Amino acid sequence: MSQNLDVDAKPSIEKEESMFVQKKMIADHFDRLANAKESGKKVVYTFVPGNLTELMLSFDTLPVLPEINALQAGMRKMSGEYIAEAERHGHSEDVCTYVKCDIGMMLKGNIGPTGQKIPDPDLLLLSYTGCFTFLKWFELLRDRYPNCPVAMLHVPYQGEGEYTPEMVKYVVEQLKREIIPKFEKVTGTSFNEGALKELLANSALAENDLVWVLEAAKNPVSPIDSYFGGVYYIGPIFTSFRGTPGAVAYYKQLRKEVEARVEAGEGPITPDGPMGEQKFRIVVEGPPNWTSFREFWKMFYDEGAVVVASTYTKVGGVYERGFRHDPEKPLETLAEYCLGCYTNLNLPDRVGMIANYVKEYNADGFLMNSVKSCNSFSSGQLVMLREVEKRTGRAGAFIETDLVDPRYFSASNVKNRLESYFQMLAQKRAAAQAEVMA
Amino acid sequence: MELEQINALSMEELLTKCEAVCLDFNFTTVREWKAENPGQKAMGFLPTYVPRELIHAAGMLPVGVLGADDSLEIVRGDACFQSYICHLPRSVVELGMTGRLDCIDGMLFPSTCDVIRNLSGIWKMQFPDKLSLYFDAPQNFDMDIGGKFYRVVLDEIWAHMLKLNGSTATNDDLLASIALYNLNRRLCAEVYDMRAARPWVATASEVYILMRAGMLLPVEQHNVYLARYLELAEAETKAGNRREMDNARVVISGSFCEQPPLALVRTLERAGCYVVEDDYMMITRWLGCGVPVEGDALHNLVQSYMDYKGESAAKFVPDGCKKGTELIGRIGSTNAEGVLFSAPSFCDPALLDQPMLQEALDRVGISHTAFKYSENTGQLQPIRERAGTFADTIKLWGEA
Repeated sequence: MSQNLDVDAKPSIEKEESMFVQKKMIADHFDRLANAKESGKKVVYTFVPGNLTELMLSFDTLPVLPEINALQAGMRKMSGEYIAEAERHGHSEDVCTYVKCDIGMMLKGNIGPTGQKIPDPDLLLLSYTGCFTFLKWFELLRDRYPNCPVAMLHVPYQGEGEYTPEMVKYVVEQLKREIIPKFEKVTGTSFNEGALKELLANSALAENDLVWVLEAAKNPVSPIDSYFGGVYYIGPIFTSFRGTPGAVAYYKQLRKEVEARVEAGEGPITPDGPMGEQKFRIVVEGPPNWTSFREFWKMFYDEGAVVVASTYTKVGGVYERGFRHDPEKPLETLAEYCLGCYTNLNLPDRVGMIANYVKEYNADGFLMNSVKSCNSFSSGQLVMLREVEKRTGRAGAFIETDLVDPRYFSASNVKNRLESYFQMLAQKRAAAQAEVMA
Repeated sequence: MELEQINALSMEELLTKCEAVCLDFNFTTVREWKAENPGQKAMGFLPTYVPRELIHAAGMLPVGVLGADDSLEIVRGDACFQSYICHLPRSVVELGMTGRLDCIDGMLFPSTCDVIRNLSGIWKMQFPDKLSLYFDAPQNFDMDIGGKFYRVVLDEIWAHMLKLNGSTATNDDLLASIALYNLNRRLCAEVYDMRAARPWVATASEVYILMRAGMLLPVEQHNVYLARYLELAEAETKAGNRREMDNARVVISGSFCEQPPLALVRTLERAGCYVVEDDYMMITRWLGCGVPVEGDALHNLVQSYMDYKGESAAKFVPDGCKKGTELIGRIGSTNAEGVLFSAPSFCDPALLDQPMLQEALDRVGISHTAFKYSENTGQLQPIRERAGTFADTIKLWGEA
């Protein structure tokens, strides 16, 4: 997801109101972070999957998301330098580049995307959801901020394809007895269940609109790109704004714009303007590459390929299956949210989800973008590819890139592979049409 | 092998037997055990820790599936994993898809890392007829929170084990298994202690073979092997066959999951290193040897898990504890002179841990060096040079 939509980067880009709204939300948030010391607000570092934004906001704290810092650094072409800095400090070339980018950025002053310094954390909220590296990451941050407490929330994995009442209870107990007391201690304020409920009610409203927007891609002409555009759409709800009236307003506005495009039979807006003919409908599994994000996207829309569904837009919450934050059971709902995030699902469930996308979104095929940095996503994707092909009868493609390490994005290789893949889809389609005609 | 026969083995015979067991990737030991115990099942597990007592008490054979070495050609495994994924899951998949694991009736995948976690899902898809369970040990070590959850996890696994083997085992059976594994861990600890005190008596490669064989042998047999080894090692020393050399005393750190090839351990010895401590096969240490053998067996396993203070890259170091403290303690208790960080390539947990541990060592002035390996590493000369230089530096100047 991105909080870095630079709407002014190209004068020819058609700007929609929601883009301005999001940009202002982000700018205001970084202003609040920059002024945290003066305002007395406490700063909490945490992760996107299984984020407890409503709880953080109920304590009036300011979230900072290191993965977002890393991806922003990638989009700003800073990540290569940060990764190199971390590697100079002994971090292996083999490990997650989000971690190294984050560490390198800290070593270089922790300057955020707006040029302002990101304040040191008052609390490290380690929501260990769907990614083992998170655990190591916050151990590393604790080394860097030795006086900062860590609130550790262990979210069990859905190894058997579902979460159980016992898992929910375990997470709730941790919230009650570990997480909330640490917030109370750090902020000096008591837990306010009423405030949390209010935020959760807002979350559900925004989630309804987000689901509507993402499912709009089922239209014969998809009004959105559910991967490259989708990462912007999930920005507010996956990061610091879920539960705020601002997020509710953003998703209302976004929905309005997408509704208008559906009515007009228009496709998504790309960095080069409205997308033309949609020749291929694709489902994508895996995170995007951030260092060459626009170049990567262009490889799709130049070929008339639109992404109609993606799994990456579910890392911060899978809402399409009906889950909504429920203010009537505030802690249980947070637990269920964490347990249900995409990378916390087991591989058979992930395969089922992708296969369903291919069918429900009438996709011509699917693509696995295997990123070197993320074992949580990538390990097993080759098996998933074959399984989805078997279940859907649609051809899959496989490319390798990385999240934020520019050394692992080979544009010519990726482009060659994508072009070949789209050609193959076109040939298959032509052959199928010829068979029908015969 | 009958227990009396083990007690009659010479040191050479014992080591030859153990090496043959742990390098047999057709799992003959398991097949033989099943032939001798008709109708009984075998349950595989991956590193780092699983409660083997539950498998044993249900009448099954716990089998450590630790991958392979360079003798196994990987074809199908490589088709399942990208080049940047560690080697262990490739060989495990290869073993499975080539039928070598047909004798294993189920698998436990512990919560070691994302790769092993996802391997549990691959197993479900590739081997739908076999039991495949993800073992999610808690990272919260409060008995009232993590302990309660862990009890649920153990209850479920216990039920699965009983069902798989059609067993009616009771709490008493489980307590008896705990006693056997307590003895196993105590004997392992005695071997480790012997190695730490006199690494020329219990050498690194012998200890490695002995422990790795224990991942495949029935615990009753392994206990006899361990006791016999201790006895023979003393006898060999008394006979003047094992003499101290001017080697550097080192601790191995980072090899807690994917195991190195035996040749690598021997290379370290030849490079002038006495390995006085390691994190190979941590399951031999986990819980310690004092799990209570009275009362509620599952509760005892839960309590011991919560109380166990050993560090591992797969385990969160709770707030208030300092990363590396336990490693530094083990360096002190084994009189080690330095640390060899030996992590498998692409092992996120070990490699992310490494800078933190290195900084902790730097703060207290303990020397260290690092190299990477994979279980099928064949080119050992660069590792020999690095370890040799490190050992020489320690011996010549007292610090690296």
